Amino acid sequence: MTEDLLKVEGLKAYYQMNYFGVEREVRAVDDITMTIRKNEIYGIAGESSSGKTSFIKVLAAAIRPPMRIVAGSVKYDFKNGPIDVATAAPAQIEGVRWRHLSYIMQGSMSVLNPVRRIGRTFEDFARRPLGLSGPAYRQRVLNHLERLKLPADVLNAYPHELSGGMRQRVTIGLATVCHPEFVIADEPTTALDVVVQKEVLGLIREIQQDMGSSVVFVTHDMTVHANMADRVGIIYAGRLVEEGPTRQMFFAPKHPYTAHLVASLPRIGDTTQRPALEGRPPSLASPPNGCRFHPRCPLAIDKCRTDVPPLIQVANDHRSACWRWQDVKPLVAPQQAVMA
Amino acid sequence: MSTLLDVQNVSKRFTMGGLLSRKTVEAVQDASLSLSVETPEIFTIIGESGSGKTTLARMILGLELPTSGEISFRGKTVSHRVGRQERLEFMAHVQPVFQNPFEAFNPLKRIDRYLESTARRFLKLRHRDDLDAAMDGALQKVGLSLAEARGRFPHEMSGGQLQRAAIARALIPNPSLLVADEPVSMVDASLRMSIVNLLKSLRDDLKVSVIYITHDLATAYYISNRLIIMQRGRIVEMGDARTVLDNPEHPYSRLLKASVLSTEDAGSGKLLTDPGMAERATALIRQQGKLVARADGRSVRVYDGV
Repeated sequence: MTEDLLKVEGLKAYYQMNYFGVEREVRAVDDITMTIRKNEIYGIAGESSSGKTSFIKVLAAAIRPPMRIVAGSVKYDFKNGPIDVATAAPAQIEGVRWRHLSYIMQGSMSVLNPVRRIGRTFEDFARRPLGLSGPAYRQRVLNHLERLKLPADVLNAYPHELSGGMRQRVTIGLATVCHPEFVIADEPTTALDVVVQKEVLGLIREIQQDMGSSVVFVTHDMTVHANMADRVGIIYAGRLVEEGPTRQMFFAPKHPYTAHLVASLPRIGDTTQRPALEGRPPSLASPPNGCRFHPRCPLAIDKCRTDVPPLIQVANDHRSACWRWQDVKPLVAPQQAVMA
Repeated sequence: MSTLLDVQNVSKRFTMGGLLSRKTVEAVQDASLSLSVETPEIFTIIGESGSGKTTLARMILGLELPTSGEISFRGKTVSHRVGRQERLEFMAHVQPVFQNPFEAFNPLKRIDRYLESTARRFLKLRHRDDLDAAMDGALQKVGLSLAEARGRFPHEMSGGQLQRAAIARALIPNPSLLVADEPVSMVDASLRMSIVNLLKSLRDDLKVSVIYITHDLATAYYISNRLIIMQRGRIVEMGDARTVLDNPEHPYSRLLKASVLSTEDAGSGKLLTDPGMAERATALIRQQGKLVARADGRSVRVYDGV
């Protein structure tokens, strides 16, 4: 059963600024078309300033000036009816927020109000969207905390009294207490240690499978995607350059950028020299012509400098935007890394 | 064989609270390690937050004084309570690289001003040409050039470039030891390897020893010669990086290794750690134990009755 929950079509979201008469346009999201299915974890990878945060801001319907949607649509198919957040009125968006469309934020330290107890923060978030009476509401929150393996006393605690891992679990709890159909997780584990990170990732996966919702998981760490995502999409300089099932992305990438990202991961048990990609990601205010990856691409040909490669089907369920996708070889063979 | 850095039974205790509620935190307990002058190496300190790895690094830099034990660099005790001249001399030999390059640089100062003031202070250069040559030399070592960096503000560079500029600054006085505290954790994945490869080439080509602090076992395995694994202030395992990480012996080291996400089974969604493993590791926190040398050259903390 692969029903689509979200359809993004030809989405362009630009930051348009006008300072002292100088106009500046930053094309943070440039022509992205994708779908996200029901009950899957979709990983979005990209480095900082690649536009991935702008993209998920649009998905989360948090579009504020100077960002503006220039073209395209973002259509959700929720249980209570379809909605296009690119054009919907604020009142309509309020109606789906938290109940259907939710968001796990980065940096749990600054997300929670430091002078409010966790229980009060839960009330701020969930009381109204859930629409339950006092005792029923309380029971719902307690059940949810139990599922997150958090003790009930956290409701009486202040954020600073909790460890980093617990705080992150609280933010996951806040985002999922209303059993939303669509959850966006923006680098939820970047600041955590390896042991806690694995715990939190496992928890997000468990909750996702429990609720049957779709999760868009954003991080630049490819090893996290390898273990979390069902499908992975790679964003480079505001464009989706490749997407496909996780295993294929790692072992048979069809875009040189993905191939590089995968090959540069160091592994325990393997000390061969890892290549590092030279150069820096392009500025979104003046991106290069043609394929935006061509200045750093080892496979670039003249065509790449002038023509933008379209995102085409290269294998079953696997799309890539590269003129030379047939020549992309995985830089690391799967058998090469042997875990002890 | 002479020692470059010698850390002898060092402990650091922090006291928190006032008269009524005094709490002490044992940040580092009885840590010993030494680096030799002849063989430059990358020495890695692994541990999660709160394991005392940063405190140990601060003591090596002379920013904190140990509560007990002694740290000596080339035979001299490390301390910030010395004369200015002596302190500067020490700083010329031991340089830090910090975690977040965006915070390490003042956003209102140009990059080259940092490099210049370091060159003025440590190399005692006065002439424009000499200063430029020293700055360019250091930047070349990290794959940048003065032409690229001159006049640029921190926000005009990418995280990877900025971290390399931070390393270039540390290299200006020709130090024999770099202390890098999580130098790659704030850098994007695609640029991470350029920093890690750079540290490797500093060791191999410039013969600089590096103390590399991290919680990322994969990069530690990739570049380091020796490592220590710390848990709540105690060294629990120490030895050759490959020997230890290929087959960790202490329960905490095993837990760390098991928590490293691998790309091997990409897509299969295996995320469960054996819960018994975490229990075994945390159960040992309160126990003292002692480090015992093993036949393969590593030392492991063992406990009575376990």
